[in-house]
Amino acid sequence: MVRPYKILVVDDEPDLEPLMLQRMRRHIRKGRYTFVFAANGVEALERLDQEGDIDMVLSDINMPQMDGLTLLEQIPKVDPNIRSVIISAYGDMKNIRTAMNRGAFDFVTKPVDFKDLQITIERTLAHMQEWREALSYRNKLVTIQNELEVASRIQQSILPSEFPEDIRYQVYGNMEPARDVGGDFFDILDLDKGRKGLAIADVSDKGVPAALFMMSCRTLLKGVAIGLSEPGPVLAEVNQLLHEDNETFLFVTVLYAVYDPDSGEFTYASGGHDAPLLVRADGSAELLPLTDGIALGVVPDLEYRQHTVTLEPGDTMVLYTDGVTEAQNVRGDAFEVEGLHRIFGGSLASITAREGTDSVFHTVRDFMGEAAQFDDITCLTLHRDK
Amino acid sequence: MDITSQRTDGALIVSAEGRVDGANARKFQKAVENVISDGDSAVVLDMEDLTYISSAGLRSILLIAKGLQKRNSKFAVCSLQGPIREVFRIVGFDKIVSIYDSQADAVKELGG
Repeated sequence: MVRPYKILVVDDEPDLEPLMLQRMRRHIRKGRYTFVFAANGVEALERLDQEGDIDMVLSDINMPQMDGLTLLEQIPKVDPNIRSVIISAYGDMKNIRTAMNRGAFDFVTKPVDFKDLQITIERTLAHMQEWREALSYRNKLVTIQNELEVASRIQQSILPSEFPEDIRYQVYGNMEPARDVGGDFFDILDLDKGRKGLAIADVSDKGVPAALFMMSCRTLLKGVAIGLSEPGPVLAEVNQLLHEDNETFLFVTVLYAVYDPDSGEFTYASGGHDAPLLVRADGSAELLPLTDGIALGVVPDLEYRQHTVTLEPGDTMVLYTDGVTEAQNVRGDAFEVEGLHRIFGGSLASITAREGTDSVFHTVRDFMGEAAQFDDITCLTLHRDK
Repeated sequence: MDITSQRTDGALIVSAEGRVDGANARKFQKAVENVISDGDSAVVLDMEDLTYISSAGLRSILLIAKGLQKRNSKFAVCSLQGPIREVFRIVGFDKIVSIYDSQADAVKELGG
């Protein structure tokens, strides 16, 4: 039998314990998780020592005796394989950034949304599982192919598993990994005032180091995005953070956009990423202007320009990676942006975001035929409902 | 992917041919680095016959450029064909790497 994952919850708020046990009761009953609790960092370290088999730590930041940030520094000394998630005040970038620099895997914001927390816990545990497997592969010195498989599962584990449900708009994304190269991901973030952050990105390599670079890119983006509301400054900040300790010269192209469901305003900035395709309700489509940003992680101290367009009811925005436009058929022809134009040409006012994304995948697949897939294929579609 | 090289007017010209993607980017990087010798103060990567470059390929170019920068050697690329030029532009590498229209232009600027 598989033992349940053991999660240490650290918070000086006594209410959290009964609340957590109540909200997570189904997962506890199913034998998925068990929880242990501590009221501050000192108690947490004692618990880690006593229990000896804790998988994950979920910790508040401000606590008496020893705060969460200090605790974070101590955890790897107990066991470097424990993964930590921080609970922080909404938009508290300073602490979130410090936490991430000290190795926090992810964070949730207060007031805690338990559904979101559960998704974060699952993601963290999935990552931890992959990480342990990667380590054991390393120890066994098995082939690179296995390592690539692990990296690809890390990649899958960071993709959103749920999509927003809203009568005003829909978002749907998908990523199909290539066998050994590529490093795409996408993310959908909850921002203030009901706005959504949409990100699509392509890391310049595959393999475990690239997968870890991808993880840190995703987490930094999420952290920075809820602190800053404008896409340009968000990319500038993430670029800076990625560049700081980037000795691998890996880089990532990112298209990050903020969508306001009330006004339909879509503001985006590109860090070396392909331009979005805006398809109007009447089927006319235009490739939006590039904002001339450089891929992230390469050059420090950059500014990123942003651009705003408005989605009218019935309009669709298509974000994609070069795995779509550079997909080749057996003759060696590329799919190109024209391929996207062909898919979305014609009236689309009644299309759903899911249909949009699915038809990109079907059409690219048909186009490629028997040809090999060289790169990950990713598409994220946003549709404003009528 | 294939590379050839020649020395001319104070610059080492490395010509790349075919595709550089995730599958061969490291091999490409090593191959280019192997033809560079300590005496080369300027290196031009000629991309006239390059048909495709992926982001992993761009990273290789970045690593080659960083290696040369460390030893104060100059680096440029030249003769980018349409699709390759487009990739450089989208990723923003046209702002990081010196690009010349022709081998002659690059050599004139870097060599001598």
